[in-house]
Amino acid sequence: MEIEERLLPGVGLRYEFVNHRGARVGVVALRSGGFEVSLYEGDDPDLATSTFHLDPQEADALAQILGAPRISERFADLTREVPGLSAGQVEIKPGGTYADRPLGDTRARTRTGASIVAVVRGDNVIASPGPAEILRAGDVLVVIGTVDGLSGVVSLIASD
Amino acid sequence: MEVSAGLLLELGLLLLVLTVLGSGARRVGMSPIPLYLLAGLFLGQGGLAPVQATHDFVEAGASIGLVLLLLVLGLEFTVDEFTTSLRRHLGSAVVDLVLNSAPGALAGWWLGLDTVGILALAGATYISSSGIIARVLGDLQRLGNRETPAVLSVLVLEDFAMAAYLPVLAVLASGGTWWQAVIGVAVALGALSGALVASQRYGHRVGQLVSHPDAEQLLLRVLGLTLVVAAFAEFVHASAAVGAFLVGLTLTGAVAVRARDVLSPLRDLFAAVFFLAIGLSVDPSDLLPALPVALLLAVATALTKIVTGWYAVGREGAGPQGRWRAGTALTARGEFSLVIIGLVGTQHASLADLVTAYVLVLAMGGPLLARTPAPSLLVGGRVSRSGPAETGS
Repeated sequence: MEIEERLLPGVGLRYEFVNHRGARVGVVALRSGGFEVSLYEGDDPDLATSTFHLDPQEADALAQILGAPRISERFADLTREVPGLSAGQVEIKPGGTYADRPLGDTRARTRTGASIVAVVRGDNVIASPGPAEILRAGDVLVVIGTVDGLSGVVSLIASD
Repeated sequence: MEVSAGLLLELGLLLLVLTVLGSGARRVGMSPIPLYLLAGLFLGQGGLAPVQATHDFVEAGASIGLVLLLLVLGLEFTVDEFTTSLRRHLGSAVVDLVLNSAPGALAGWWLGLDTVGILALAGATYISSSGIIARVLGDLQRLGNRETPAVLSVLVLEDFAMAAYLPVLAVLASGGTWWQAVIGVAVALGALSGALVASQRYGHRVGQLVSHPDAEQLLLRVLGLTLVVAAFAEFVHASAAVGAFLVGLTLTGAVAVRARDVLSPLRDLFAAVFFLAIGLSVDPSDLLPALPVALLLAVATALTKIVTGWYAVGREGAGPQGRWRAGTALTARGEFSLVIIGLVGTQHASLADLVTAYVLVLAMGGPLLARTPAPSLLVGGRVSRSGPAETGS
């Protein structure tokens, strides 16, 4: 299956593909976080019809239904190969201690020995984030470490 | 501290008038910009109810509005978007530039304007309003349309052309000779490429410098930095607007996104004041005589924009209806044509009248034109099967 990706300056990204039955489907990923899904049918090949809008939450829910592989599951495969290592995810709650603060402020590795290997923000994944990366409410940290280390990070992030 | 009740009252009433006009315009799918201009006309000299107490505030607010318009434009700009647009649409950009600046330049020559006037009018007819057009595309649910990437690419390239054009105009308008203008251009282009390289290589450093988790701190830092750079740019006659644009370009990534979020409401407020100030500076009795020429120019340059859109989108293989939609969407002129007048307006009163009338026509007419279905002549005489359900989308 071929998916064509185009930059929509100032708006976001646009994806387009033709499904196995010949229907043309377009998805616009808005910079502001939502999505627009459209079909192109009728005698005007460029006109988006039956457009519907998804906010980030709805898009997440739909992605789950469609079976998007979850990030931490992929890391779980990786950690299975190293005995004693496991992966988990921790969410930054709105109003939590580390919301809107740099990742370095958590000093997670120094305090727990576990590493934060990725930050999942909406549908973006920030791989190996630097200490200056500002955490935001709703971010999900992907953590790799020992079981103790993981629970250490969980209580560290949850503390207030 | 002494509070001037008169100032507060007048300013409050002014903002209330603007919000009523703005929400009314939004309701019927129009841009509020022409209404802000009209409000300025009625409140200015020779208008119905001239403002007095807020005059100084509006004056100062207008220059901040100009700076913020360009700063946010720069913040929205990414090198990726620019290079992709340039790769695909260099040809469209050239067609756009030639077709749409020529009518302005010809009209300027015919009206007997000097070089600066001709250059300013050419710029005013060339630059589409990316603000109005983005709004129209969203309102009409056209973001998903297949012709939209090309439309937005053309707009990005126009914005970039503005960055090279504004300093030239600013230097010439400030009474510089041709060699000062050449130096001004060289400095501007140097600063522009410098800012682009800096944003690529050191953008994160500059970002770290101004970045702060606290929104208030971020706002103050970005605004402070921008105003200082803008003042410096103005000092070397390169226009405060260009300085602000450069600061916007240099900030990238997460900082740019957050800065855009905190600055946008401020931009909206001061941009409204800027449009109001343009309206205030024009005497309504001078506007009417300028209207016939403005109308002619508007019709001519609406046609050239339709051709531009038709051509640009045609390169991507769009059908006739898509090409018509793209062309008509591009016809709106607005904030940047007024920015140009903000730069040269003081010495060219007749030009300010003409461009204000011109923007009034196309800021109102553009979004309306974008809603019209393609004439059957252009879509090969086929009667569109699309029923009324589609005309609204």
